[in-house]
Amino acid sequence: MSPELRSAGDPSADRGWRGARPAGTRPPDATRARARRLSITPYLFLFPGIALFAVAVLYPILQAVHMSLFDWKIVGSATSEFLGLENYRRAFADEHFWLALGNTAFYAVATIIPQIVIGLAVALLLHRRSPVQPFLRVLYYLPVVTSWVVVSLLFRFLFADQGLVNFVLGTETSWLADRWTGMLAISALGVWKGIGWSMMIFLAALQGVPRSLLEAAAMDGAGPWQRFRVVTLPAIWAALAFVTIMLVIGGFNVFISVYLMTGGGPAGRTDVLLTYMYEQAFGSLEFGYGAAIAVILTALVLCLSLIQLRMFRDRNGGFAE
Amino acid sequence: MTLIARGARRTWLATTLRIGILSLGALVMVAPFLYMVSISFTESTYVLTTPPQFIPDPATLANYEQALMTQGLPLAFANSLYIAAISTAVSLLISSMMAYAFARFSFPGRELIFRILLVGLMIPAVMLLIPQFILAKHLALLDSHLGLIVFYVAGSLALNTLLLRGFFEAIPGELDQAMQVDGANAWTRYWRLAIPLARPGLATAAIFTFFASWDEFAWALTIINTPELRTLPIVIRLFAGAGNNAVQWGLVFAASVIAIIPVIVVFLAFQRHFVQGLTSGAVKG
Repeated sequence: MSPELRSAGDPSADRGWRGARPAGTRPPDATRARARRLSITPYLFLFPGIALFAVAVLYPILQAVHMSLFDWKIVGSATSEFLGLENYRRAFADEHFWLALGNTAFYAVATIIPQIVIGLAVALLLHRRSPVQPFLRVLYYLPVVTSWVVVSLLFRFLFADQGLVNFVLGTETSWLADRWTGMLAISALGVWKGIGWSMMIFLAALQGVPRSLLEAAAMDGAGPWQRFRVVTLPAIWAALAFVTIMLVIGGFNVFISVYLMTGGGPAGRTDVLLTYMYEQAFGSLEFGYGAAIAVILTALVLCLSLIQLRMFRDRNGGFAE
Repeated sequence: MTLIARGARRTWLATTLRIGILSLGALVMVAPFLYMVSISFTESTYVLTTPPQFIPDPATLANYEQALMTQGLPLAFANSLYIAAISTAVSLLISSMMAYAFARFSFPGRELIFRILLVGLMIPAVMLLIPQFILAKHLALLDSHLGLIVFYVAGSLALNTLLLRGFFEAIPGELDQAMQVDGANAWTRYWRLAIPLARPGLATAAIFTFFASWDEFAWALTIINTPELRTLPIVIRLFAGAGNNAVQWGLVFAASVIAIIPVIVVFLAFQRHFVQGLTSGAVKG
């Protein structure tokens, strides 16, 4: 997460080749010359990957911003008209954009909180070693490794009018035919699929909680909640930050489950930003407008990530350390 | 009753309660899958009946037969398999080379380049769909497997490099020194020393990349038109159609079971690696 922390204080950072000699000794001239000659080597190692990354990821990022300023024409020889910020103005005046943004925010809130709370609760319960632990761990993790397409269709089936959910709850709700129940069903899939992931991160973090501190706190008469708050929570703070940030990024990127469960319907009422973007670009061929929506979403996600980084840093003076 | 006995009984009760809650939760996690498997063996007339049939009666293999006979499922399976395999191999090669450079050399721009790479983790794939589509059009990569592979590899580079850098840094520098004294150049040290020693890391990265390419939906949906080129997720989606009414759920779920069995088998086999890789990035920060 934080490269500057990795290399800070690394005594070998100023050397041509790390680990080549003990710190503090001066290299013989021959070695130094060799180090200088070697200096093109790291770039040779980087070249294929960086070149591909630059072409297929970095360039498209810039291209998205560029396209968002045009009425972008993809067809044949048609010229794209420069619009300036018109696509952005259009988005902010577009009721459906706000509806999609609202749905995206709903999904994010409705999935992030349960994934953190339930994921952490399961991790705490599962943390103690027992013969069933590995088995249960795998069961909770199973949805994480399963295809989004498969589980989205599966949940569409479970939430169908005569589906299992209505049968179990004894209701006759047309879940996917209404904005909020539809978003609820989509969120239920997000939570179900994601709990195993946050649980796994928390499980790993819990291994770093000092046992001696927990025991000492218990001796001092601290109850389970106090022990959790004073000892466990600070120890897993970095993991909590990581999980939260990743879940926010993931939450705002909800696409496949909406696309396959409701298709944004009925009448676009369950559209999220990315299904709306997709529809605008590949349905209506409004590539410039679609790109503007993608840029707004990216900016939003980056801002949220930065805010969170700051919040988590303030709490204990150093993120992920 | 002595204090110790009371304490022991309390612990026993707590453990039972704990396992009970966890098992109930695990059941919720697994139940949808079990129901899916059950439906895949159910004749279409008995799907979505009230009350629902949990154990297919009569059970039938018709859905599997139909899935395997029609609409190019076996071909899609083969397509997905070889696209995922090639993407994984190429991604592992070039991301391990990058990771080696970051882990073993110091050079101007190292941290800057690494940070730019991390941007790739923050920018989600779907957001780049539009510009990547335009790019693929210009490079004549639309409607081709190469178009899938190139962008799957590109999308996996950041995560794999981050993961493998950690594994390479854990290899003691003395080993490199010894090889260098013997006159081994950087490529030899990378290929003969670092790669074999980082095998657990490579296994993890391989599983991540393979799963991601195997499951990818949005990009394949966007660029593939030719039916023979379709990958598994696209074909399964076509089985399900768009509306809710005429869906042959038994067929959809038979195809789904066929699609997820390899993933589950690989996951169970390499579970240890997978968990290690998943958490190493997070907890080390």
